[in-house]
Amino acid sequence: MADLIKLVEQEYAKVREKFPAFKPGDTINVHVKIKEGNKERVQQFQGTVIQRKSPGTNGESFTVRKISNGVGVERIFPIVSPTIDKIELIKEGKVRRAKLYYLKGRQGKAARIKEKI
Amino acid sequence: MPGIIGKKIGMTSVFSPDGESIACTVIEAGPCVVTQVKNEETDGYRAVQLAFGEKKEKNTSKAAIGHFKKANTTPKRNVAEFRDFRKEFDGLVELGKEIRVQDVFVEGDFIDAIGTSKGKGFQGVVKRHNFAGVGGQTHGQHNRLRAPGSMGNASFASRVPKGKRLGGRMGTDRVKLANLKVVKILPEQNVIIVSGSVPGAKNATVILQK
Repeated sequence: MADLIKLVEQEYAKVREKFPAFKPGDTINVHVKIKEGNKERVQQFQGTVIQRKSPGTNGESFTVRKISNGVGVERIFPIVSPTIDKIELIKEGKVRRAKLYYLKGRQGKAARIKEKI
Repeated sequence: MPGIIGKKIGMTSVFSPDGESIACTVIEAGPCVVTQVKNEETDGYRAVQLAFGEKKEKNTSKAAIGHFKKANTTPKRNVAEFRDFRKEFDGLVELGKEIRVQDVFVEGDFIDAIGTSKGKGFQGVVKRHNFAGVGGQTHGQHNRLRAPGSMGNASFASRVPKGKRLGGRMGTDRVKLANLKVVKILPEQNVIIVSGSVPGAKNATVILQK
């Protein structure tokens, strides 16, 4: 039963395999394809992963947070979406929970994440 | 209409090539067996009877066993009739022949899904008939927030008209959803993926037709 759903999702989830494994706390750079009229260009979004939602399914998404001009910006990406061109793993972070919502209220020094060595 | 019988498996989402996420339902459709072909001479109309899903022989009536035997097949759980299977299926629909999902539909088709909706139990008028309820929660409003309001009037009528929409059992109705797009067909697994939702619970029977 559920196997058939998994089978359907497998077809679409091959996309996932070309990305590096990343977890909450890691710093990543996401290359997103953006369509403007009929031109396509790639935009980059670099920041900290604060959560991965419904992992293993087609509905999986991850949230990346960065501080842009002093303002916190969060972007949610569906992971199997064909609009994601590339994901680069820049830094691995050491964190103790799966959802880093506590970063939302913090700035500067308080919002640092220990790096995994 | 050409069609097939299936079982709802569940929902997931897939992406279109331009990055749009489509919510869709996975249905295990067929293989169905043609158990009767009705024609104008003997039955007065053209139709094809299909059967789907296995059933134990001990749970089947003798009459039904005989009916399935005519088509040279084992007892089946679901039987449905499709009127006027189109001409192009003439060679395909013969007594005892197996019909698979890829014979009937192709990707990109718009199809209808018929199922029995989930039972909701006894529901009030707000949920059952989309009444608005009383309105505000303030201005002295006390305990009739989701009430149906006035009915039956005063001296004239003095009774509730027949057919007045009231609370009652909701759900478990036959529901047909039209124009669902076929996103994908997996012929080996007898699986069809249609966009949007389909009436009924998981494992419920669904009739798909063009």
